[in-house]
Amino acid sequence: MDAASINWFRFASPASFFPLAGRIARVFAIPAALLAVIGLWLGLVVAPSDAQQGDAYRIIFIHVPAAWMSMFVYVVMAGWCALSLTLNARLSAMMAQALAPTGALFTIIALWTGALWGRPAWGTYWAWDARMTSELILLFLYLGYMALRHAIDDPRRADRASAVLALVGAVNVPIIYFSVQWWNTLHQGATISLTAAPKMAGIMVAALLCMTFAAWFYAIAVAMVRVRAIMLEREKRAAWAGALAGAAQ
Amino acid sequence: MNEAVARLASDAGAWPGLAWALRRDLKLALRSKAELGVQLLFYAIVVTLFPLGVGADPALLRMLGAGILWVAALLASLLSLPRLFAADFADGTLEQIALSPYPLPALISGKIAAHWFTTGLPLALLSPLLALQFGLEGPELAVLALGLLLGTPTLSLLGAVGAALTLGLRASGALLALLILPLYVPILIFGAGAVDAMRVGLGAGGELSVLGAALLTAAVGAPLAAAAAVRIALD
Repeated sequence: MDAASINWFRFASPASFFPLAGRIARVFAIPAALLAVIGLWLGLVVAPSDAQQGDAYRIIFIHVPAAWMSMFVYVVMAGWCALSLTLNARLSAMMAQALAPTGALFTIIALWTGALWGRPAWGTYWAWDARMTSELILLFLYLGYMALRHAIDDPRRADRASAVLALVGAVNVPIIYFSVQWWNTLHQGATISLTAAPKMAGIMVAALLCMTFAAWFYAIAVAMVRVRAIMLEREKRAAWAGALAGAAQ
Repeated sequence: MNEAVARLASDAGAWPGLAWALRRDLKLALRSKAELGVQLLFYAIVVTLFPLGVGADPALLRMLGAGILWVAALLASLLSLPRLFAADFADGTLEQIALSPYPLPALISGKIAAHWFTTGLPLALLSPLLALQFGLEGPELAVLALGLLLGTPTLSLLGAVGAALTLGLRASGALLALLILPLYVPILIFGAGAVDAMRVGLGAGGELSVLGAALLTAAVGAPLAAAAAVRIALD
C-alpha cells in the first residue's frame, strides 16, 4: 500500500474518525444555529405578507428545507450504504445508520408542516396527491430501514441487509422529486430553481436559503454526534474506546 | 482438473440454473396443492369482505372494485412470500443452492418465476370472475386481468428481496410487510389506475405501459438484490 492510499483511508477507521467527527459537529452546529435564527427572523418578521396566502405562507421556511433535506439525506444515506456494501467498510454503514433518524425526522416535519399549510391554502390537511403519497412512502422507507436494523442482532449483518434495502428504496427519491412535473397534482411546482430567476421576493429567497443551510448544517452536526455514539457503542471493546473512557474518568 | 472446472463453469450457465430452480420449485409447489388453494381462497375471501363492509350499493362497488381487487392481490402476494425461501433456509437447502456453480441470481430468478406461476398467475386468472361481483364489465375485466398479469410478477420480484432480507429474523412477518408494502404502492396505483382509466373511458395504455416498464426494471434488478440479501442471510 502506498502513502497516498493510506492517507485516503485514514479516517475510515473509527479510532481516528472519532475526534474528527467531534470537530466537524462543533464546526457545523454553530452556523446551523446562527442561520436558523437569521432565517426565522427574516422569514417571520422581515418578509412581507403574501398577496394571496397572507401570513400562512410563512410555513414554507420550515416546510421546504425539511422536504429537501428529507430526500437529500436519503440519497446521502443510500450513498453510504453503497460504499459500505462495495468496500465493506464499517464506518460507512455507521454513517448510514446515523443519518436515518435525522432523515425520518425531516420527513415527518415536511409532512406535518405540509398538512398545517394545506389546511388554509387548499382547505384540507391531507390529499392523496402524488408528492404527498411518495413523501409518506419515503417515511415508511426510513422506518423500514430502522426496523430492519433493529431486528438483526449481529451489527455487521444488519449493516449489509439494511444497505440492500436502502438501495432498493432509493428508486423512490426521483419519483418524489419529479412527481409534481410528471403528474398534474394539487401540490404546486417549484418556485425556486437553479436555472431560472426565482418567482418570489428577494427577501423570501434569502430567508429560505438561510433556513436550508441551517437544516443542512444541523443534519451534518447531528449525524456526527450520533455516529460518535454509534462508534463508541459498537467498538466498546476496542482499545481506543477503552482509552477514551479511561481519559474521561 | 482445470479442464473439469472449465467444463463445469461453462455448463453452469444462467439459463440452465434458472430452468432447474423453476422446475424444482414448481414440482414442490404442485405437491402441496392444498396450500396453493388456500392462498386463492384467501384472495377470494378478502375481496368478498369489502362489499359486506362498505355496503352493497352497485355504483359504489363499481367505483371501488379495481382498488379492492388490487389491494387483496397485494395482501395475497405478501402472505405467500415466506414460502419463497423460508423452508429452504430452515433445512439448509438454501445454503447448498448458494454453493452451487450456477449463478445465484439466476437460481433465484427461477424460484421467483415458480412463485409467480403458483400465486400471481392463478390470482390474475381468477380476478375477472371476482370482479363480476363488483359490476365491472368486458373491457375493464380484460384490463384488470392484463394489469394483474403484468403487475403480480413485479410483486413477486420485489417481495423476494424483502423475503430474503428478513430470513430468520424475529417477527419477520410484520417486518416483511413494513419493508415491502411501501415498495408495492406504485404497482397498486398504476394497476388500479388502469382499470379506473378504462372505466371512465380514457384508455389504459399509459398505466399498462408503466406496469410493463416496472416489470422489466424489477426483473433485471430484483434478482441481484435478492441474491445479495440471501448471501447476507447465510453468512
